[in-house]
Amino acid sequence: MNGQRPPSEQDLQAYVDGWLAPTRQAAVEAYLAEHPEEAARIQDYRMQSAAVRTAMRGAESAAVPERLLRATHSGAATGRATWLTRAAAAVLLLAVGFGGGWSLNEILNEFGGERVAGQAAEGDLPRLAAAAHRVYSAEVRHAVEVRAEEAHLLGWLSKRLGQTLIAPNLDPYGYRLMGGRLLPAASGAAAQLMYEDGTGRRLTIYVQDDPEGTETAFRFAEEGGLGAFYWRDNDMGYALVGPLQRAELLDIAEAVYRQSEK
Amino acid sequence: MSDFSRKLEAEIPALRRYARYLTRDADRADDLVQDSLERAIAKRRLWHNPERLRPWLFALQRNVYLNQLRRQTRRPAEVPMDQVFAESGQGEAQTGQIMAREVLVALDALEPDQREVLVLVAVEGLLYREVATVLGLPAGTVMSRLSRGRAQLRKALAGDSPPATSTLWRVK
Repeated sequence: MNGQRPPSEQDLQAYVDGWLAPTRQAAVEAYLAEHPEEAARIQDYRMQSAAVRTAMRGAESAAVPERLLRATHSGAATGRATWLTRAAAAVLLLAVGFGGGWSLNEILNEFGGERVAGQAAEGDLPRLAAAAHRVYSAEVRHAVEVRAEEAHLLGWLSKRLGQTLIAPNLDPYGYRLMGGRLLPAASGAAAQLMYEDGTGRRLTIYVQDDPEGTETAFRFAEEGGLGAFYWRDNDMGYALVGPLQRAELLDIAEAVYRQSEK
Repeated sequence: MSDFSRKLEAEIPALRRYARYLTRDADRADDLVQDSLERAIAKRRLWHNPERLRPWLFALQRNVYLNQLRRQTRRPAEVPMDQVFAESGQGEAQTGQIMAREVLVALDALEPDQREVLVLVAVEGLLYREVATVLGLPAGTVMSRLSRGRAQLRKALAGDSPPATSTLWRVK
């Protein structure tokens, strides 16, 4: 039965475009051999495609303007973002965007609405970072996997992340590094560094390898008493999470950013 | 230079071509491509790696274009295709030049819906399901538009030159 049935119009179109499944190829060719009118039509279509291709191609590859080449690099749109512009952007965001505060869910929805083709959303970073913070900062004895005293902490996490990880010094803010742990991320691995102040209040820095990410300004999200500043830089996604007010968290996020800058 | 940037750069010619097709103006086309590239950089996380980049970029560029169009109060002038793509097909023999114009004129006479499908398939090499994604249409609609567009174009070209002496097929 299989070879006998005449090819569908879709088969014929796919044959024109060279996308017919190999298993259907022979059947279509046999059919065309017996139906010269159809064969002529298909032949015309192929040549027509070639003619359209030739007619429309060519001009666009000559001398690609420099501005277009530049636009393929991250950060090109606004020029290389400096720390000052970044901080200004963060302040502006705080002033205009987060007067009422955005919840993490709203952020997810916002990005969700703009999804073009994928599931991986920019909102994943603060969401995962906040979830990890909630789970592990509540631990008394097992808050970290490897303690700060152990020399291999950063070497190990860097190796697993494929990026050099730095533990920022947050002493000036009263926070001391406790240690870190390795976590699953949306794609690959993430590292969490945990800090604690004299009152037992904890901050976490969540870092994930993100080679496809683009540099971003600071963004802020909050939910259920937790605040998170997150940004992307140097092929890494960062989030600073803690039960702090925005202004306080921003100061520390700036310090983390400065110290992590390569 | 990241891997994504390299991939993006490789798609610039296709984006420029599609932008010309959409805007019908070489300068506006490059503005559109620049906007699209910047948006692609900002949204790169939304591209699914195993997927081909071109359909994703085309969908993105098309959306950028349609958004810009909506903001405009007046419709842009309809510049004929043969004018927009006048410099294309350079290096072709004289007959090729003439025939390229004929093809573009015939293409212009198609219904826009059919024309766009045909261009995306024949010129840009998109799979049917990729065209469906770019245009936001069911695959069946793409197929029927392609089929009707091809039949229509064949008729238009056959009317211009009798098949026996057709020089069209010397184009390439």
